[in-house]
Amino acid sequence: MNLPRRTFLKGVFATGGAMALGTSVLPQSVMADLPETAAQAKSLSEAEQALFDGAQITEITDENVIAIKAPEIAENGQVVQIEVTTNLEKLESITILAEKNPVPLVAQFNFHDPKNAVGWVKTRIKMVGTSDVIAVVKADGQLYAARREVTVTLGGCGG
Amino acid sequence: MADEFKIRLRATLKDSITTVQAKITHPMETGARRKLETGRLIPAHFIQEVTFEHNSQVVMSADWSVGISKDPYCAFKFKGGVEGDTVTVTWTDNKGNTGTKAVTID
Repeated sequence: MNLPRRTFLKGVFATGGAMALGTSVLPQSVMADLPETAAQAKSLSEAEQALFDGAQITEITDENVIAIKAPEIAENGQVVQIEVTTNLEKLESITILAEKNPVPLVAQFNFHDPKNAVGWVKTRIKMVGTSDVIAVVKADGQLYAARREVTVTLGGCGG
Repeated sequence: MADEFKIRLRATLKDSITTVQAKITHPMETGARRKLETGRLIPAHFIQEVTFEHNSQVVMSADWSVGISKDPYCAFKFKGGVEGDTVTVTWTDNKGNTGTKAVTID
């Protein structure tokens, strides 16, 4: 007798909860082709987990392999120019993350024709404060990451 | 509308590599900013997907979050383009607005 009602209530609560969550995270939640969890991820490790499904990421420190060009000090966190260069063959994607941002995931650039791809992208990102910028390169099915610290004197989010 | 979301697109060929540069006029609102007068949150409004085509073949597609700066700028390179080929950019934002522009490689 009670079961349908309880099931119903459970359903209502579940929906209500999801809706409340949806509203509270909405500003950061809506992205088209990225996994929703990646777009909602509030930390670097969560974002990487969602994006790359926990696959191993090899840290690269050799700038000949992956180089991040960014200002050492950014006076305005609203606009920080980032350039990523890589010589890795069979390039599939370059992902840019800003570790301390409320939404660390900034952008993913997907190369659809690996044999004609050139390992270089340039864009301008927002940074909420001093943080590492991370570039994850996917090439030949493998993941590689490089990082570089950018000091931000005036934050670029909220406000 | 057209003026609100203006696109500047260039595709230049050098040493058999085409460099594509795009700048789109767009607010890229994070959803975390408040209107000064009312204190109300300004809803998120940002480009989510940008696709670049070379002669109708997708060469690069980008997924963006609110972390891309206002009036987004993005540049990349690819091999295989020749002078006179067409490069097209198409973007879509979270409110369903879209914009597109084509240029020839010079």
